[in-house]
Amino acid sequence: MSSLAATVQDIFSEPGCAKNGNKSEAERKKGCTKQLQPGGAAGGCAFDGAKIALQPFTDVAHLVHGPIACEGNSWDNRGAASSGSSLWRTAFTTDMSETDIVFGGEKRLCKAIKEIIDKRDPPAIFVYQTCIPAMIGDDINAVCKAASQRFGKPVIPINSPGFVGSKNLGNKLAGEALLDYVIGTQEPDYATPYDVNLIGEFNLSGELWQVKPLFEELGIRILSCISGDGKYREVASSHRARAAMLVCSKAMVNVARKMEERYGIPFFEGSFYGIQDSSYSLRQIARLLVERGAPQELLGRTEAVIAREEARAWAAIEPYKPRFKGKKALLITGGVKSWSVVAALQEAGLEMVGTSVKKSTREDKERIKLLMGQDAHMIEDMTPREMYRMLKDAKADIMLSGGKSQFVALKAAMPWLDVNQERCHAYMGYVGMVKLVEEIDKSLSNPMWNQLRRPAPWEALAKAMVHMQSPVAAIAHDPALAEAARRARKICSCNTVDLGTIEDAIYAHGLRSVEAVRNHTNAVGGCCKRRIEDVLASAPPAGLQAAE
Amino acid sequence: MAIATLPTKACAVNPLKMSQPIGGAFAFMGLRGAMPLLHGSQGCTSFGLTLFVRHFKEAVPLQTTAMSEVATVLGGYENLEQAILNIYNRTKPKIIGICSTGVTETNGDDVDAYLKLIRDKHPQLAKLPLVYVSTPDFKGAFQDGWEKAVASIVELLVEGPNVNGLRDPSRVNVLPGCHLTPGDLDELRAILEDFGLRPSFLPDLAGSLDGHIPDDFTPTTIGGIGVDEIASMGRAGWTIAIGWQMRRAAAVMQARTGVPFRLFERLCGLGPNDEFMTFLSEISGRPMPSKYRRQRGQLTDAMLDAHFHIGGRKLAIAAEPDLLFDLSSMLHEMGAQVSAAVTTTQSAVIERVKTEEVLIGDLEDLEELARTKHCDLLITHSHGRQAAARLKIPFYRAGFPMFDRLGAGHQLSIGYRGTRDLIFDIANLVIADREENHQPTPDRWRPSAALPLASGHRSAAGRSTA
Ligand code: SF4
Repeated sequence: MSSLAATVQDIFSEPGCAKNGNKSEAERKKGCTKQLQPGGAAGGCAFDGAKIALQPFTDVAHLVHGPIACEGNSWDNRGAASSGSSLWRTAFTTDMSETDIVFGGEKRLCKAIKEIIDKRDPPAIFVYQTCIPAMIGDDINAVCKAASQRFGKPVIPINSPGFVGSKNLGNKLAGEALLDYVIGTQEPDYATPYDVNLIGEFNLSGELWQVKPLFEELGIRILSCISGDGKYREVASSHRARAAMLVCSKAMVNVARKMEERYGIPFFEGSFYGIQDSSYSLRQIARLLVERGAPQELLGRTEAVIAREEARAWAAIEPYKPRFKGKKALLITGGVKSWSVVAALQEAGLEMVGTSVKKSTREDKERIKLLMGQDAHMIEDMTPREMYRMLKDAKADIMLSGGKSQFVALKAAMPWLDVNQERCHAYMGYVGMVKLVEEIDKSLSNPMWNQLRRPAPWEALAKAMVHMQSPVAAIAHDPALAEAARRARKICSCNTVDLGTIEDAIYAHGLRSVEAVRNHTNAVGGCCKRRIEDVLASAPPAGLQAAE
Repeated sequence: MAIATLPTKACAVNPLKMSQPIGGAFAFMGLRGAMPLLHGSQGCTSFGLTLFVRHFKEAVPLQTTAMSEVATVLGGYENLEQAILNIYNRTKPKIIGICSTGVTETNGDDVDAYLKLIRDKHPQLAKLPLVYVSTPDFKGAFQDGWEKAVASIVELLVEGPNVNGLRDPSRVNVLPGCHLTPGDLDELRAILEDFGLRPSFLPDLAGSLDGHIPDDFTPTTIGGIGVDEIASMGRAGWTIAIGWQMRRAAAVMQARTGVPFRLFERLCGLGPNDEFMTFLSEISGRPMPSKYRRQRGQLTDAMLDAHFHIGGRKLAIAAEPDLLFDLSSMLHEMGAQVSAAVTTTQSAVIERVKTEEVLIGDLEDLEELARTKHCDLLITHSHGRQAAARLKIPFYRAGFPMFDRLGAGHQLSIGYRGTRDLIFDIANLVIADREENHQPTPDRWRPSAALPLASGHRSAAGRSTA
């Protein structure tokens, strides 16, 4: 464990990470992650992060050492894409039982490695450490070393027990493992001045393939993508690249920086989300390659491609701008890639009501301020209830977030779009940006929303029925009741004579004068005279006849 | 009579099994205003959460005590206390259901003792039920967690006799196994009510995970059985337990309250439903409603129509024991051969599965068995989709998780109607597969020597069905 502790400490003092760089020595020692809140925490563990970072290496066998919880509950839950082997989609785990906990799981781990080599013979095996074997002291480094020697095949320990920290830390631990055991261990068949590495790009939904053709057109070779659609051999020989791009997030900043340090590969941080960001990234890659000796003409060719792609993308987006007028979006992501998505959405004419910055660095936040204005609504931590309110009160027209908070929007009957790992569409590059806008439009203009927000018509009917049960309403709907109420109306205030009594007297005796009525009823006071006259006047002759 | 075979591999490949703690947490999701809490590191919870969300496409409450490495060394008392207080203050739950994990079990946390301490220290929690279940990840499986949690809920929350007076013969308790979907529970409720019975479901996932839109946002479960209703379950005339896994909870109920129980091991198929309906008729004193007479007729007709397609099929199935027993028995009764059967954990029903051997194993085992035995129908949860594609045989998704299709919560397999629909679904799958992949062609009428004769109507040129 002590070596792991040292690695973790090392990651926390990563100078390439702006967030850490700005901290005092003491603060930095405490680490990236705030102490997790029991009963209020959500999010993955370090193992989760390590697996996410490395599983897109497609021809590698990923073996999880631990009880069923870690792999059994989680496998095959991300949409990275592969152009070749599908071995990465096969889940391998030691599924430790109670006996292993008591006697130690190293033996089972050795056997598991052998089984995998016998059955599948992959170019390498990545062995992930999880909490329980770490607690009981299984030394996976030693097991992997022995196995590598015995089988003559790289068996790489990924020391990432969940409880050492967050998903983000796990990404970096995965990177450390690559640096320690993989990168630089093989040589590429040939090298060109146009070789680059992409670091921290996972090819979710195959989105890397939306920008790859541009690279190919420019003659730039992606020597290794760490780790989207990656092959073991590519990453092992990735130290021969001339330049690198750290894609969007800081998840693997340690890899980019240490490769710069060890192999002199310069890197920049960029993104392929949004039109301008895509252009910036292409320009940077070309510039770095030229600085490292690629022919100058690359710059010109790159500009030409950028100009063409931008023009196409803008033209494709243009028709949506009027449709998005006045529409407001709420963006809730982990925050690592907030700024690039904000840029993208604004390009499409959407108004941003807020964006989360939970995991954003200070630098990220500055970028957001630049884009959204000084008083940009940056959300540090928003409870689901607050998000729900915001949508329900129509402060926003659409929410973009990861899958876990989708129901907050959907249950408020508001449009929602997945911009996280489980999404079905790829939003990268110029094409992806148009796709994103298309998807937002599809969602916003879906006629379903109006149906959903309208309460069921029988709700109104039910309300009316409740209303009908009130005395007034009951009379209105029942002729007999209405008649009784009419007849019960008082004619005079001094004596208790009602209209019904007077009418009966008139009908029964064929009365014609006020005097006569007074003789037959209690209506002897003065006040009722006018009313009796009215009754006499309105009494239909037919009624009289019948009475007579 | 099947024998249960234990695995010999050191490495599980493509696990069928899911962990015990999330099975326990799942049971708490059927209680109203509940917050299930896993006592362990946060990754375990986050994986479980993602799994439930992908299956139900619903918001799911699940919390963690977020044990860090340091906390693990020091013991989990403080994290548990913190978690309970945070949940109590923030989400105002009606009940917190706590499940341990491998991390805290390896550590030896004495949660029962912790809970006593926490209660002593925080009198404001006096009225909040805290139910604890021990569910280490390295033992048992999903179904075991559910089973234990329900038994603990009964033990802790159902009031003993003499407290609430008389029994009400029209009330029945229903203890459903975790293989029943919210849709199944709705169907069961309708059946029971048609006999004039008033059921209490424990747990009641139909109230919480049936995908309805609540009026407001709640961080806890949005429905399910209330704590008060659970307390009064001792007043029911009968307890009906569904699936062998519920025997223990039913027995605990009887021991506490004296309410007799009847266990129905399965509710898919003609025979089991005949038995079930007869029992309901008996305890309710009412004749079979004409609606179900009609439904029975429809089921028998469906069986006649479908037996041409299901009869003789070689079934490969992998599921948790009760679901495995349920579906494989029904299909066996329709003439299918259960050629390959894989399950997750030990259970008494395994030996009654109509096959020679049930392997406690993974999906790699299932795939291999299916290949060597030339199976031509595959049933398991969504993780089986890759195997089905490689084997090029029709694939019916059943069980948990079902993340790559919609409507998992409403899939129906019980009652006459549910059985009828299930039979149609499977038969249609087989028909579609035959139309798409096994149309006869002139050069196919006699299998070439290279093809195994036993494969019958399978063909080497068959296209992927997935
Ligand atoms: S927190 Fe530990 S035990 Fe839980 S899933 Fe992560 S590695 Fe596995």
